[in-house]
Amino acid sequence: MTNSQLTPGVVPGRLPSEAYSVNFQDVAPPLERNEARIAADRCYFCHDAPCVTACPTSIDIPLFIRQISTGTPDAAALTIFHQNILGGICARVCPTENLCEGSCVRMTAEGKPVEIGALQRYATDHLMARGEHPFTRGAPTGKRVAVVGAGPSGLSAAHRLAAKGHEVVLFDARPKPGGLNEYGIASYKAVDGFAAREVDWLMGIGGITLQSGQALGRDFTLDSLRAEYDAVFLGLGLQGVNALSAEGEDRGHVDHAVDFIRDLRQTPDLTALPVGRDVIVIGGGMTAVDAAVQAKLLGAQNVTIVYRRGQDRMSASPHEQDHATHSGVRIICNAAPLKVHGNGTVREVEFFYTRDGANGLEDTGERFRLPCDQLLRAIGQKLDGAPQGLGLSGGKIAVSGPGRTSLPGVWAGGDCASGGDDLTVTAVAEGRDAAEDIHAQLMEAAHG
Amino acid sequence: MADLRSNFIGIKSPNPFWLASAPPTDKEVNVRRAFQAGWGGVVWKTLGSEGPPVVNVNGPRYGVVYGADRRVLGINNIELITDRPLEVNLREIKSVKRDYPDRALIISLMVPCDEESWKAILKQIEDTGADGVELNFGCPHGMAERGMGSAVGQVPEYIEMVTRWVKTHSRMPCIVKLTPNITDVRKPAEAAKRGGADAVSLINTINSITSVDLDLFAPQPTIDGKGTHGGFCGPAVKPIALNMVAEIARNPATYGLPISGIGGVTTWRDAAEFMALGAGTVQVCTAAMTYGFKVVQEMISGLRDYLDDKDITMSDLIGRAVPNVTDWQYLNLNYTTKAVIDQDACIKCGRCYAACEDTSHQAIAMGPGRVFTIKEDECVACNLCVDVCPVESCITMRELEMGEIDQRTGQPVRPYGNWTGHPNNPMAQAAE
Repeated sequence: MTNSQLTPGVVPGRLPSEAYSVNFQDVAPPLERNEARIAADRCYFCHDAPCVTACPTSIDIPLFIRQISTGTPDAAALTIFHQNILGGICARVCPTENLCEGSCVRMTAEGKPVEIGALQRYATDHLMARGEHPFTRGAPTGKRVAVVGAGPSGLSAAHRLAAKGHEVVLFDARPKPGGLNEYGIASYKAVDGFAAREVDWLMGIGGITLQSGQALGRDFTLDSLRAEYDAVFLGLGLQGVNALSAEGEDRGHVDHAVDFIRDLRQTPDLTALPVGRDVIVIGGGMTAVDAAVQAKLLGAQNVTIVYRRGQDRMSASPHEQDHATHSGVRIICNAAPLKVHGNGTVREVEFFYTRDGANGLEDTGERFRLPCDQLLRAIGQKLDGAPQGLGLSGGKIAVSGPGRTSLPGVWAGGDCASGGDDLTVTAVAEGRDAAEDIHAQLMEAAHG
Repeated sequence: MADLRSNFIGIKSPNPFWLASAPPTDKEVNVRRAFQAGWGGVVWKTLGSEGPPVVNVNGPRYGVVYGADRRVLGINNIELITDRPLEVNLREIKSVKRDYPDRALIISLMVPCDEESWKAILKQIEDTGADGVELNFGCPHGMAERGMGSAVGQVPEYIEMVTRWVKTHSRMPCIVKLTPNITDVRKPAEAAKRGGADAVSLINTINSITSVDLDLFAPQPTIDGKGTHGGFCGPAVKPIALNMVAEIARNPATYGLPISGIGGVTTWRDAAEFMALGAGTVQVCTAAMTYGFKVVQEMISGLRDYLDDKDITMSDLIGRAVPNVTDWQYLNLNYTTKAVIDQDACIKCGRCYAACEDTSHQAIAMGPGRVFTIKEDECVACNLCVDVCPVESCITMRELEMGEIDQRTGQPVRPYGNWTGHPNNPMAQAAE
């Protein structure tokens, strides 16, 4: 039996097999050398540049672009990696229009920023293609640091700590390192196994021992780590997912968008991956867009994002929203799910239109239904299973300064920690800064 | 619509845009294409004496200096004069001129520095129908090693002597092409005038090494591992050319001597600038070599628009800026301006701040929100901020009114006063 876009239910192989590789190719192909030179020529080399201020990792953007324009992309890459060791993935996933490119003075001048993200990718790809790690470790300190979570913040912290000469043991609950880079972003943003290659390359610094499949609270505890190591960094991410609070949410094919994206990223064969004919994604963030677009690319006939507030409140950037609509995804705003209808599995979803009221969102009383055979929830993640004894703030691990938690010797960063946006680049910055603080404290203790 | 017809020392052309003696004018096929594209005149690539022609290298002849996006800012060349037999060139010149009688066709010449050689070549070109000759005293590479080109152009006495020979043995209008590879360009121009030249043309190319190959450790263009200095031209040389044209135009000894301006003319605007400094025609090479002959069409329409907008004729334009070129000592030291930043136009790049703070007079303040403002009590009006600002007209210079206090000096702006009468000048003439 051959499936098509019209086949009801959640089935694999809706498209001709050759369509998948086309649909899931690089969404933003890399710049060629000449394109990079031309793009680099547009940089004004601003004083105290706004793009640097806007970058959570404070990459010296004018300098690296100048290095590209003078034909030294590897020097440019070092400028980037000194500040952001995950500059490769950040070049691919950063919402640059809200960060560096959004603050580029050429946005003010002519509405077209310097293509900072693409240039960063050009430089980092160039250096990484050499196949060697560019940094060398400092002299061994004899200190051992546990890093929990091999996502962006943990990798960043581990690398900086290893570079300082500390011994790092990097724990991750999943089979592969990389965190959201590996499991949580659309595959067309990091093609050809980039997330895994980047981790391999990062580990080239040496001094980092990876312990995969090791979960905090199951295989070890924070107390045991504190007893065994000189310092602990927690980069746990957000493992919990929020519920819809809509009736009938327990029906079949009502899934979490993060699980859908994870399965898609890990499947060896996209043609075997089932997807609904009428897919609805609830949410307004990047995860919602990544799930919706990929559902469409997998062959879903109708994909709709439904967001409960106005479009201007969507946390997915306008660029992401455009990408969704260009990909054929419909976006409905000011609507929230009321009830999931169906017999066993979801058949349709009933929504109510919302409006902003004095006490938050109100039900307008207006209803509509959309046919649906796969409902994906992308309404945010939350911290689950934070170790006992850590102070929390707003549902996250409370930190002060460079990631210091309420417990001595324990630092935290990335999405699990309070403060900062839940962005890859912010996680990298927090991991790096915590590592510097850990290093300073360990060395002070050693020499003090 | 403005009339662009030109009469330059009796040589008529439908517009003042000529192609300079160079690779674009080496052959009939090129020159015909140029005339079809609309060029007003052509100076045929330099002819040498009869006999075995010169030979060129068989490796690269050109080196280049790029701006952003590989925009050609300058080209250097090590090509010699025509390497084709004299009789072929003469036949082609005659053929082209016959078909394009309304266009200017000037023959560039370079022969050994003896009267017989010049007499002979002048006789040979006599019946080509060409409108005039240009004496190539400028070529800085190759030929100079053989006592020709700039080897002559660097010795005013030789220029005068050869020019006189040419005027003695020919009735054709004679333009002397000058080399910039000299300390004071007024001297060769004066010599040309003494020798009877009808006009001078300048500048020829500037001695240069455009770049060094950092793998081969040799100048570019590199011929089998070696390089030699070549002649540099294109937009990068325009400022040097403009100054030399102006020096001749305002020199009392050569005042009124017709000038054909050469050096980086790329657009109508460049041409108009040369003309304002006294050039009756302009000659173009690099722009054509970079973009093809069609560029002349923009030059024609642009110059026409400009003259129409100004409501002046081309002869009104020629030399119009010459009276405003003066010596430093006559500049009004009491003229005072201050930079003003248009906050609405500012894109907050901060380049003005970096330039002023790092390299000038610390006269720009950077406030919260990247607001850049001028500190008038520090501003010396150097204009660097205007120059480095990427937004045209964002920073301008405001002229202080007479009597207004200059916040930097605390003194009111006074009427005209120059260095010759300044109290700090030991040579100042006391005001009576």
